[in-house]
Amino acid sequence: MTRSGNGARWIWVFAVALALAVPWAFHNFQTGRDSGFVLSMLSQMGMMVILSLSYNMLLGQAGLFSLCHATFFGIGGYATVHFLNAAGAGSLPLPMEVIPLLSGLTGLGLALIFGYMATKQRATAFAMITMGIGELMATAALMFHSFFGGEGGVTTNRMIDHSLFGLTYASGMQVYYLILVWTLICAGSMYFLTQTPLGRMANATRDNYERAQFMGYDPRVVRFLQFSLSGLFAGVGGGLYAITYEIVTFDALAAPLSANALLMAYIGGTTVFGGPILGAVLITLLQSGVSLLSNSWLVYVGVLFISMVMFAPAGLSGLIIAHGPIAAAGRLRRLTVPYLRLVVPFLALVLGFVGLVELMSFLTIGAAQGKKLVLFGSAINIEATQPWLISVVCLLGGGAWLRWEARAFHRVWESLTADLKQRDRV
Amino acid sequence: MEIFVISLLNGLVYGMLLFMLASGLTLIFSMMGVLNFAHASIYMIGAYLAFQVSRVVGFFPALIIAPLLCGAIGAAIEIWGLRKVHHNGHIAELLFTFGLVFIVQRGVQMTWGMLPMPYRVPALLDFPLFQIYGANFPAYRAFMLLISGGMLLSTWLLLKKTRVGLIIQAALTHPNMVSALGHNVPMVFTTVFAGGCLLAGLAGVIGGNYQTTEPGMAEAMGPIVFVVVVFGGLGSLAGCFIASILMGMIQTFAVVIDYSVADLLRPLGLALKADNLLMEVLTVPIARIGALLPFAMMILILLFRPRGLMGTRDT
Amino acid sequence: MTPILRRLVAAATLSVTALCAQPVAAADTIKIAYIDPFSGPFASGGDEFLKIFKVLFDRINAKGGVLGKQLEIVPFDSKLQPAEALIALKSVTDQNIPFVMHCTGSNVGAALIDGVAKHNARNPDNRVIYLNCGALATELTNEKCDFWQFRFAGSVEMRAATRIRSLPKEITKVYLLNQDYLFGQSVQADTKKWLAALRPDIQIVGDELMPFGKVQDFSSYVTKIKASGAQSIVTGNYNRDLNLLIKAAVDDGLNIRFDTYLAHLIGGPTAIGATGEGRLTSIMEFSGNVPVDLKVPEAEKFVTDWREHHNTDFSTLNFMTMLDMLTQAITKAGGTDPLKVALALEGMQVKDFVGQDNTMRKDDHQLLMPYYAGVFTKDVKYDSEKTGFGWKTQYSASAADLTLPTTCKMKRPAS
Repeated sequence: MTRSGNGARWIWVFAVALALAVPWAFHNFQTGRDSGFVLSMLSQMGMMVILSLSYNMLLGQAGLFSLCHATFFGIGGYATVHFLNAAGAGSLPLPMEVIPLLSGLTGLGLALIFGYMATKQRATAFAMITMGIGELMATAALMFHSFFGGEGGVTTNRMIDHSLFGLTYASGMQVYYLILVWTLICAGSMYFLTQTPLGRMANATRDNYERAQFMGYDPRVVRFLQFSLSGLFAGVGGGLYAITYEIVTFDALAAPLSANALLMAYIGGTTVFGGPILGAVLITLLQSGVSLLSNSWLVYVGVLFISMVMFAPAGLSGLIIAHGPIAAAGRLRRLTVPYLRLVVPFLALVLGFVGLVELMSFLTIGAAQGKKLVLFGSAINIEATQPWLISVVCLLGGGAWLRWEARAFHRVWESLTADLKQRDRV
Repeated sequence: MEIFVISLLNGLVYGMLLFMLASGLTLIFSMMGVLNFAHASIYMIGAYLAFQVSRVVGFFPALIIAPLLCGAIGAAIEIWGLRKVHHNGHIAELLFTFGLVFIVQRGVQMTWGMLPMPYRVPALLDFPLFQIYGANFPAYRAFMLLISGGMLLSTWLLLKKTRVGLIIQAALTHPNMVSALGHNVPMVFTTVFAGGCLLAGLAGVIGGNYQTTEPGMAEAMGPIVFVVVVFGGLGSLAGCFIASILMGMIQTFAVVIDYSVADLLRPLGLALKADNLLMEVLTVPIARIGALLPFAMMILILLFRPRGLMGTRDT
Repeated sequence: MTPILRRLVAAATLSVTALCAQPVAAADTIKIAYIDPFSGPFASGGDEFLKIFKVLFDRINAKGGVLGKQLEIVPFDSKLQPAEALIALKSVTDQNIPFVMHCTGSNVGAALIDGVAKHNARNPDNRVIYLNCGALATELTNEKCDFWQFRFAGSVEMRAATRIRSLPKEITKVYLLNQDYLFGQSVQADTKKWLAALRPDIQIVGDELMPFGKVQDFSSYVTKIKASGAQSIVTGNYNRDLNLLIKAAVDDGLNIRFDTYLAHLIGGPTAIGATGEGRLTSIMEFSGNVPVDLKVPEAEKFVTDWREHHNTDFSTLNFMTMLDMLTQAITKAGGTDPLKVALALEGMQVKDFVGQDNTMRKDDHQLLMPYYAGVFTKDVKYDSEKTGFGWKTQYSASAADLTLPTTCKMKRPAS
């Protein structure tokens, strides 16, 4: 989204249309019932998009590695539960539709306090302060029962009977559309922020901290504003979480969710505005998909993450963008054959790795659970040497082959880009 | 008084265990600028390997073999992992070790299962060494002190008296200069990383049966080690040592203190009831928030003295 | 690592099958959803229970099932997180599964009671019954009780009553150490309540909450306990928090009893081992030696069969009672309509498989059942987890003994 060309604009329109239409694809028109699971997943995606986009305001745009982002998401959630309870009791006369804004303001409030402390430092010291804040808040949430409700969390009822449009929010569908609207509002405002002087200065302090200082901007103020605003959006996300589940527990502000925000933003790509959206949607899908097939999903996500760090630091969206100039020059076809040649060794490598991981995990955990390993539709005897041998051969052979092919691919890529550069010059 | 002395001893044992972990991390952190998130994971691997090896050849050979294996793992991580992402900057390196945590976590569960391992103190050391105010001081805790003390001494000698040590020391404070002088800095990095992992592995070997060897042990130990390193300061082993002992003491002493802020206010005629958030904060006894104190202290020191207790550079 | 995303996982399993195969399979089996942690640090418990349920379901199905239909268990991962369990509940209702079992975590239990009540009120055509088989906090069948929840496990209060009654006479000083969360606090409160009621001669010399799962070194607690002069530690701690505590106490040479609530949970006997001999006690629904004491050969045969096939113990007799009551209620209701089954369950009386009386009390939907206090010793017929030590019954409390008053004010559905 760095250049809002026509193509990019159409992608956005398409994405919004898709988000509007998907729940109806799973609607059962005979019984008139929605698919609760699909709606939950889509609602979840909405919140995660807000969370990862707001995280990217720190990591991608300001170069700040925060480990307490979930704190603001969680506090927004907790506050919303109390707001909803107050609204239900009649002491807070506000319609449902604006309550996420209050959640956001709560997030902002807390981010102002913690941001004032954390943004005194940058780089590793900043990361460590945020880690400390995250741990403090997670422990405090378990300790102080009047606000956080201990590990049982606090519950609420979203049917507060006060809506701008006369909606009851009993059904998941209505909640989903509320989430969608708020997701669009948040994404829109965050995009707008990247275009403001503040967004530009955040980039400048990320790229060259000292030069930004020489230009007369106080990098600390820039960090502080960026941190606080990202807390605002995370708070909105947390508010939507509370509305969806009607319960908020301490895992809404614990470290695993902060790690999750990082994974989504990084895998999606931190250099492009839309990257974290891609990451949030993809990881929500992927993790639910992979983890229903395998116990070892954590290993796969970890390996995917590490390979991204090692080979594609710009994330998935970065990879896609890199093809932009080649596509623009109409040379994309020249990459087809090299790509196809990568497929077989890549599949062999993945097969070998997945095979080994699954065999391993079935030898210990699976056996204890009394499960049977079923790969590609056939039961496999984990005691036999054959599957182990095949996996090792696939892994090593595929790895070596892929390396070789990757070099060839690299040469083609280099020559293509060199060509393009030359053409530009001419 | 007796509680004081016993807590002092226990705090010392725990602090020394922390120091074994933290010293390696502080070397890695100071030199490479990378806070290795996976350091506690190596600690866990050390414990599991020690359990596995000690079943075959006994505890004392495992005391040597398991740390060496951890060192080798560390070297492999540095050569094939960290070095590749080095050119993408510190954040990328940080993220790399962050990803490793997940893999090690699950890898350990895959190999050894979810339940705790029956890794126990060797029979040779399983007796009370002496009595103090009627409480036993187990020989194994003395052995832990001995090992960690020995490690402290040998690390110090290595750094002060050998050529490699001098280069490492120089690289701690002036990494660019060392490289400019023509030393093979990547090689030094690998050595330090492997050495740090070796120490973490050693801590795992003696910590694994002191506590329990289970898949959650890395998660339990990880954050506190960071706190120690950051609190102690960059490039300072002495600071790291003081921070370790301090954190060990805080954690053991906090348990003993049953007072809360409200108890301090009571003589002033203020009686507080835990009926809202603020009052709850004030009435919580220190014993219950002991686990929070290290983080609070870390935040405070970073705010007012970003280089840590005895650090030579800003973090 | 990714709790929020993960919660979709278990759910996805079902919806995918639901989307493809809903019309085909629905009529053939009676599905019962089972929500518990199958990943994360508490996965070992969920896996173990699932294994037990599979055996128990097979037993029922081998005898012809219920109303000619086979029972089928459908597991969902709760990861011990309330919000995740609620997503799983969504999938359950998506699939029209009328029964949900859940056995681990009072926090999850509280969320499920609330979630089920809201769901049933909003969707009267698609109700579910929550069969609670192990969320123990006392309040779940008192202040938080609900018509749609049936608890098939003794509340903390019932256990506390058994716990205190089984304490030997010579004990006069106890130290309470519990985990700082819902269950631990519930244990703390109920232990104190029943100490005051039943054993006023016992002095509480220490009463403490410790952070749940966060303490690395228990030696300072041991020092405090030692200084207090207690003869027994009464604790609701389990897993790591119990193992480390006992280890530290033994290392310090502290000669003290450990009167626990949950030391018999899977992995406990293995981790504690010989150090617990003669001084570790626990409060149980069942142990392999109960049929020996009560002389019930069929039940003993079940235990020996179990030991042949599994490394762990069968201690969850209440699961068997629960399925027994459920199948009887379905038969009586002539189908799986949740409201009819719920009404059939109310007040139901059965004898469990060692011949003891069990009653589902109508007032609060709490199963009144016997409890056994056992001591960890070599002197038993059947040992635990192949450690050589097993639980010898020292005291047993009958269902009548444990019929405690309830504060539940239940709202019943109109139709």
